[in-house]
Amino acid sequence: MTPKEEILSGIRRALGRDPVDAATAAELRARLAAHRRNLIPARAAALDRRGRVDLFVAMAEEVQATVARIPSLAAVPDAVARYLSGENLPAELVAAPDPGLDAIPWQTRPLLRIRRGRAEASDAASLSPAFAAIAETGTLMLISGRGTPTTLNFLPDTHIVVLHEEQIVAAYEDAWDRLRAHAAASGGLPRTVNFITGPSRTADIEQRVELGAHGPRRLHILLVSGAENGENSENG
Amino acid sequence: MLAASRNFPANAAKGLADETLQRALAKAQTGFPLRRRLAVERLPEFEALREEGRAIKDHTLAHLDFYLELFEQKVVMAGGRVHWARTADEARALVLQICRSVGARIVAKGKSMIAEEIGLNEHLAAHGMTPVETDLGEYIIQLRREPPSHIIAPAIHLVKEQIADTFRAEHRNLARERPLDEARQLCDEAREVLRPRFLAADVGVTGANFLVAETGSSIIVTNEGNGDLAQTLPRVHIVLASLEKLVPSFEDAATLLRLLARSATGQEFSSYTTVSTGPRREGDLDGPEQYHVVLLDNGRSALLGGEFQDMLRCIRCAACLNHCPVYTAVGGHAYGWVYPGPMGAVLTPSLVGIAEAGHLPNASTFCGRCESVCPMKIPLPKMMRHWREREFAAGLAPRTVRTGLRVWAFLARRPALYHALAEIASRALGWMGGERGRFRSLPLAAGWTQVRDMPAPEGRSFHSLWAERRHKEPR
Repeated sequence: MTPKEEILSGIRRALGRDPVDAATAAELRARLAAHRRNLIPARAAALDRRGRVDLFVAMAEEVQATVARIPSLAAVPDAVARYLSGENLPAELVAAPDPGLDAIPWQTRPLLRIRRGRAEASDAASLSPAFAAIAETGTLMLISGRGTPTTLNFLPDTHIVVLHEEQIVAAYEDAWDRLRAHAAASGGLPRTVNFITGPSRTADIEQRVELGAHGPRRLHILLVSGAENGENSENG
Repeated sequence: MLAASRNFPANAAKGLADETLQRALAKAQTGFPLRRRLAVERLPEFEALREEGRAIKDHTLAHLDFYLELFEQKVVMAGGRVHWARTADEARALVLQICRSVGARIVAKGKSMIAEEIGLNEHLAAHGMTPVETDLGEYIIQLRREPPSHIIAPAIHLVKEQIADTFRAEHRNLARERPLDEARQLCDEAREVLRPRFLAADVGVTGANFLVAETGSSIIVTNEGNGDLAQTLPRVHIVLASLEKLVPSFEDAATLLRLLARSATGQEFSSYTTVSTGPRREGDLDGPEQYHVVLLDNGRSALLGGEFQDMLRCIRCAACLNHCPVYTAVGGHAYGWVYPGPMGAVLTPSLVGIAEAGHLPNASTFCGRCESVCPMKIPLPKMMRHWREREFAAGLAPRTVRTGLRVWAFLARRPALYHALAEIASRALGWMGGERGRFRSLPLAAGWTQVRDMPAPEGRSFHSLWAERRHKEPR
């Protein structure tokens, strides 16, 4: 017997049964196919769009993320320049090559040096688009893909994320649904899904929380309301 | 890792006498439980989530063979591979083989208790590779050549002065007189030293908090981001996981994630929860080219269907360690193997045998705090009792214990004699205790009276008072 067969038969022996029969297997597959939700905390479930945005911001700020609200993607260059200079950081950035960020008019801030691609060890700041966000715990959801390399989320010291208000869902379960819809439309799950809640931290030395253990020391969220230009007009 | 659990009494005594260790543990003792309590109080559904968490794991374990096979199918569909390991030896060999197949020299490691369990670092080093622990706590203890003393805070037994000494001794190319007085400075130095190693690593090894059968995904939960760098930068990502890490769906994982961070560190959610499915996709600009999952049994499947099955629900949050009066007094190293505290007292005998680990289930006051804080409602004290019974049945308990129990059992089966003797003994002790009402020393009870007085019985036995009361107040 191969190790696999031996482990599986050991499991069945311990459980005192044969491989699950066809009826049970069908039941188990149905349980999976239903994407059945367990209990979802009330804290986020009952909120409207405004409430979800407010809860997301409050929870994210509680874990030392910073949030700047901007009306549209057109305001990103100004917001980025302001943030970087406010933190005394050089005016340069590696941005995700994702088409969702193509509408950002970088030329309005010619002193900002922008490169688009994956992050390298020398990059000090990065910008990526969020896939969704979860109000329940102030959590960003980012996915890997051609335009959204994962290194942007972890290598640079400063990570800036563009999030649209209508991307904020109540609970993780809502985010899974969005991910499944995306997977169905794009030929499968992404290699990596990153749930990010505040900047990197550690408490491994005497239980003292220090930010920036290996990942970014700073997590800055540009929250786009979409109030301008009729952009992102979805209500909820 | 070789077990040294039979030395528990001596190691516990050493831990109690170690002032530095006591200083380090004092911080852990207050910090973790307080933060957990605040997080739990903030979530009114916490108790209901515990019930659901338990049900999810029970369901998964009852159909573990089905979900494991489905998991493998899905991993393969996503372009990855699953390797099945019956033992620690097989798991080590599989990881080594994968590393060799790509000519690996540096192996970056995210935190993994399974890697500790199978002694992966020693094995890789013995075959000419350089394993680099990247979790700050794990990195510190790797430099010190120590095992972890806690399952989520491996360097919890150290104070920052010790860490500074270690860094000065090991990071020899840095300025001798650099300041290393604050946690911040130590943290920055580790970050700086480790960054080039992440970039140079050929293989990244991480553990898994959960494996998702529905999609063939592995999930890790970290705060530092080291696990993410370790699984994104190298060409190969190896996930090391034991089989009970499986959950059916993303929805089930969400429920357990709500329990995990709150129980572990008292966070609402850890900084990074990462779902990995297969290797990088065509057109991706980064990510590993290979994705392997090494699934370890190492004695776990044998626990199914028996009195220790509930232990397989454990999600390794460490709440039981943080709330244990024994763990927080003696520290993790006393337990002599990978898993300390109450969860270790149950798991270690299951995995290395009761003959080696018999002391561990005895190192409990049965206060029950572990079970009351366990997010998966694992009946830890009950299972420690099962181990004590097995130890006794196997003739492994010390002779004094066996004799004492035999005498007690003889009396307990003869209630009249028991009550009469108890009455006499309590009156005699009460009289001997005199006006002070306490003993400074007692024969056979030195373990108690060396450090505190033993109160003398104040009069008659409970049984006789109870009998009298029932007689007076008939129902």
